[in-house]
Amino acid sequence: MQIVREQDVVPFRNRVKEFATKIGMSLVNQTKLITAASELVRNMLKYANGGKILLEIISKNAQTGVRLTFIDEGPGITDIKQAMQDGFSTGKSLGLGLPGAKRLVNEFDLKSKPGEGTTVTVTHWKNGR
Amino acid sequence: MDRIPILKMGQFLLVTIQVDLYDRLALNLENDLINMVSKTGARGVLIDISAVSIVDSFMGRILGNIASMSRIMDAETVVVGMQPAVAITLVELGLTLQGVYTALDVEKGMELLHDKIGTIEHPEDEEEEAPHDDID
Ligand SMILES: Nc1ncnc2c1ncn2[C@@H]1O[C@H](COP(=O)(O)OP(=O)(O)OP(=O)(O)O)[C@@H](O)[C@H]1O
Ligand SMILES: [Mg+2]
Repeated sequence: MQIVREQDVVPFRNRVKEFATKIGMSLVNQTKLITAASELVRNMLKYANGGKILLEIISKNAQTGVRLTFIDEGPGITDIKQAMQDGFSTGKSLGLGLPGAKRLVNEFDLKSKPGEGTTVTVTHWKNGR
Repeated sequence: MDRIPILKMGQFLLVTIQVDLYDRLALNLENDLINMVSKTGARGVLIDISAVSIVDSFMGRILGNIASMSRIMDAETVVVGMQPAVAITLVELGLTLQGVYTALDVEKGMELLHDKIGTIEHPEDEEEEAPHDDID
């Protein structure tokens, strides 16, 4: 799914909701996943002028979950450790997006190369564990 | 341009958010509310978010802005009806709605506002000292 402007955020969140509902994820877990997704899509728009997001339903060890991969070709993140800290922001913001999203989902992976872009992959299992 | 209606009820402003807001709408609401508070001299702002299923850091910041700007103009802000799943998620996200009071529903929110600005809504049940849900 292509994300180019702020108006793409709500439709994207609705897509995530569809996926989570399809596998029978509980409301609290859906809310956590969608909120994390919302933070990541905002970062993508704010720092990389958009990008694309892959939505998948995955299975592992008899577990079902939703995996979202956020891929952008923005400036990348030089110091990932710093970016993952609560309160760190280059955008004069709260700096909660990345660390908060990580807390909300079961699996979180961030890869970034300065000058090339950033890829964030999050997975949330149906039962939230 | 899309706008969320703001109702004036006595000295309070009441807003019911019916849909998940996209950013432009949320920013318009912030502006409109602050203008209304200054124009009407309202003493309280009540925002019903019971139909809102996602509050992310952006939306949280807007609610915080509304509260702090209103406070400068001598009005308190109460957010009512937050869904439990939303409340749980906000805690984990790490977002504290600074300066924003919360209450279970509109009625409790009104009570809380009256309490905050020192007016008594129902003098007859004054002794009962109605409990309010101030999770601030
Ligand atoms: N996709 C991205 N591309 C480039 N830099 C990014 C990206 N996502 C995050 N960053 C960098 O990481 C920092 C931390 O991001 P985070 O989402 O935690 O905070 P924020 O966006 O600044 O604030 P908040 O999300 O609370 O509004 C950002 O300020 C930005 O410098
Ligand atoms: Mg962010």
